Amino acid sequence: MLKQVHFKSSALPYMLVAPQIIITLVFFMWPASQAIYQSLLIEDAFGLSSQFVWFDNFKELFEDDRYIKTFGRTLFFSAMVAMLSLSVSLVLAAMADRVIRGTGIYRTLLIWPYAVAPVIAGALWVFLFYPTTGIISTFLTSMGYEWNHQLKGNQAMFLVVIAAAWKQISYNFLFFLAGMQSIPKSLIEAAAIDAAGPLKRFWTIIFPLITPTTFFLLVVNIVYAFFETFGIIHVVTKGGPANATEILVFKVYNDGFVGLDLGGSAAQSVILMILVIGMTIFQFKFIERKVEY
Amino acid sequence: MIENRPVSTAVSHLVLLAGVAIVLFPIWITIVAASHDVARLLEVPLPLGLGDQFFENLKQVVSTGVEGSTPIGIMLFNSLVMALMIAFGKITISLLSAYAIVYFDFRFRMLFFWMIFLTLMLPVEVRILPTYEVVAQLGMLDTYWGLTIPLIASATATFMFRQTFLSVPDELLEAARIDGAGPMQFFFDILIPVSRTSIAAMFVILFIYGWNQYLWPLLITTDKSMVTIVMSIKGMMEALEETPKWHHIMMTALLAMIPPVLVVIGMQKLFVKGLTETEK
Amino acid sequence: MSHILLKGVEKIYPNGYQAIHGVDLEIEEGEFIVLVGPSGCGKSTLLRMVAGLETITSGEVHIAGRKVNDLEPSQRDIAMVFQNYALYPHMTVYKNMAYGLKNLGTAKDEINRRVGDVAKLLELEDLMQRKPKQLSGGQRQRVAMGRAIVRKPAAFLFDEPLSNLDAKLRVQMRLVIKNLQARLGTTTLYVTHDQVEAMTMADRLLVLNAGIVEQIGTPMDLYERPQTRFVAGFIGSPAMNFVEVKLSDDGSKFHIGDNALPLNKALDTSQSEITFGFRPEHLVLDDHGIIPLKIALIEHLGAESIIHAKLNNSDDKSSNAITLRLNGHTKEQNGNIVRASIAPEHYHFFNQKSGHRIRS
Repeated sequence: MLKQVHFKSSALPYMLVAPQIIITLVFFMWPASQAIYQSLLIEDAFGLSSQFVWFDNFKELFEDDRYIKTFGRTLFFSAMVAMLSLSVSLVLAAMADRVIRGTGIYRTLLIWPYAVAPVIAGALWVFLFYPTTGIISTFLTSMGYEWNHQLKGNQAMFLVVIAAAWKQISYNFLFFLAGMQSIPKSLIEAAAIDAAGPLKRFWTIIFPLITPTTFFLLVVNIVYAFFETFGIIHVVTKGGPANATEILVFKVYNDGFVGLDLGGSAAQSVILMILVIGMTIFQFKFIERKVEY
Repeated sequence: MIENRPVSTAVSHLVLLAGVAIVLFPIWITIVAASHDVARLLEVPLPLGLGDQFFENLKQVVSTGVEGSTPIGIMLFNSLVMALMIAFGKITISLLSAYAIVYFDFRFRMLFFWMIFLTLMLPVEVRILPTYEVVAQLGMLDTYWGLTIPLIASATATFMFRQTFLSVPDELLEAARIDGAGPMQFFFDILIPVSRTSIAAMFVILFIYGWNQYLWPLLITTDKSMVTIVMSIKGMMEALEETPKWHHIMMTALLAMIPPVLVVIGMQKLFVKGLTETEK
Repeated sequence: MSHILLKGVEKIYPNGYQAIHGVDLEIEEGEFIVLVGPSGCGKSTLLRMVAGLETITSGEVHIAGRKVNDLEPSQRDIAMVFQNYALYPHMTVYKNMAYGLKNLGTAKDEINRRVGDVAKLLELEDLMQRKPKQLSGGQRQRVAMGRAIVRKPAAFLFDEPLSNLDAKLRVQMRLVIKNLQARLGTTTLYVTHDQVEAMTMADRLLVLNAGIVEQIGTPMDLYERPQTRFVAGFIGSPAMNFVEVKLSDDGSKFHIGDNALPLNKALDTSQSEITFGFRPEHLVLDDHGIIPLKIALIEHLGAESIIHAKLNNSDDKSSNAITLRLNGHTKEQNGNIVRASIAPEHYHFFNQKSGHRIRS
């Protein structure tokens, strides 16, 4: 952590960390503690009076059927996004790792979605699936499948999963490819001499060796689906129809800014913080461990 | 390639081409939609090829703007300011704090380290309401400062630079000390130039992060002159029911996409290196 | 007056580990001193304490008449060459060499002149605009030395500067460094774990073992009169042979297994169990020799032959491995039983417990 060779203490290091620490205190520590404090209060909608209620907000949340459902939906959504995105990018990376020529070109082409903002990605997919005039939706309709994600909850969920997974393919692809390319060539050659065909080599040598990358990406994808898909959902479905695509982050925003239930929203924030802290520690431990290798 | 199998190589290329086609399909359709007039986009079947209205649409979007919204130029400018302020701000404060934490032994070093680490865990989406209140109390709503500073202090860059600094050989510092360089001289003369690949990679990641911000600017800005291009899409989509101006929406989406895509592709090598070597 | 002076220098790490035990050393101006010892013996730590890169727990370090314990490395008037060279990767050769002078506020044409002189001296003139990445190992090594030389310091400190080079280049650079140092006349402290390097380059050597000074002396001192068993075993290749022997009651002879070897002079010891040491090159095959050997393996090196043998004794206890070095070719075969002798002036005796040399 600290360099073995380092400078002696003076005022300088304090000055160096000051900007970051000040911003952290003002925009992170203070709001986070506010959230914790508010989560223990019930405030009326106009913010005129408040009452200290201990953990009532939390109790209420976990007794609220809608919140439990949102929780479950978020898990489902994250799992679907992670699985879809990981499997597509794994296949593409495995292929890109196999071909000698063109790896760089494929990478350049597959990197695009990373640069697209979630909300823009959402808009693109809405355009493709817009009930009356979308290219894909009208095609589906002509095939006899009724598409209207504005009315059908499962179709809405499908659409946000696709949009969210699409955006994450680039990131996963880059990591899978980097992981596969860091496997020593001699290992693959040894396997080829041991008469393992390409498919067998992939499942018995390559895939086990990139397990650390896969785990890392799994956590990253789940964190992404949990917290960074707000823009997509906001523009594609607004959490609808009938809350069918409302995930936790969306509900925090909705209850806080739209519903003005400050205590309840704060309690949800606190729960999310605990979740994300858990996931980050998990991920960080993984990174630290990997660095030691 | 281990063995020469033309068939399996061909299959690999086919799968990759199919993958690229699927991944780039929405982007292609965006370009297509931006090149037709509005009437054509409401006719089934929809076009899959380019139309001839691209520059007409571009002219309309740029000159008159989409009715009721901020001119595109201002939105692009706002986005650029936000992305650059976030990227440069984060890089600056992260370089400084990572330098302090890696190269100095001082009281509360670990406390500061954990404070920064904690911010890594709290994405703005999670603490959105209280952070909004803080910014409001500080009178920073509808300002570039309010847009950027709360996003500047996330710990990602600090961690990446910490990793980079830890991999710099100790002897460089020793040689510099024998050569009579003080702490700040070592920082500017040696450490920053040696870390320039990480800094460039971080710039790409943070530029995109800043450019693509959505929820935060949505809350912080009410003044029309502060709208960013990414945000504007939402407003246009809201109006979809009455006036489905897909050609304008898609042209705007395209304009919103181009800068970050150019940055990623132009700096691809550095970006990939930075992304995969330090893992986020 | 000595140019570098170490007085009771000790290093104890915060975790209580003592890396250096009371080192005293006086270095004359222009002397080439080599710190040598096995890895982990503390030789680099000692050098870094002189450089100011490690704190000094107790004792004093003086350079050119100044006590430097509390001075920054840059104020100690020293220059250092690192094992991995530590060249600044983003700077050209010229800038690497000029950086220290620039920090001292040296005038620009003065920097130019001095860097130019050193570049000529080290034949680096054509490489001045290259970056370290574009240089070979030997070239980097010379740049690292150039960076040290331009400073015109009171002392050069070298930390295993040749260990990253291949064997051939190492031999070459050994001469280059030695010649340069002789020409510049700059006091030099040089760390290595390679005893050949140490012997060939040093005016005097300091042999360090587990943070303790074993012996300080000229190469020939160390070779001919090693003061401890450690030094005796460390200096010389192949290493000295050691046999545990028993002194006769009257001290006139000692026994290797069944065989008695006479002593010309009585040994200055009260113990009868002692260690007998003799160098492989001092053994001669001799049909009338007293030491019986069974040859296990012969290495033919052309100019010389190394014979690995065992004492051929009736009791198993003293089946020590013995190495012989013979000039030229030998016709002996593996498995042969031979006899060897040693001239008494090449006998070395050591206390079995303390390892100290026993005088005669």
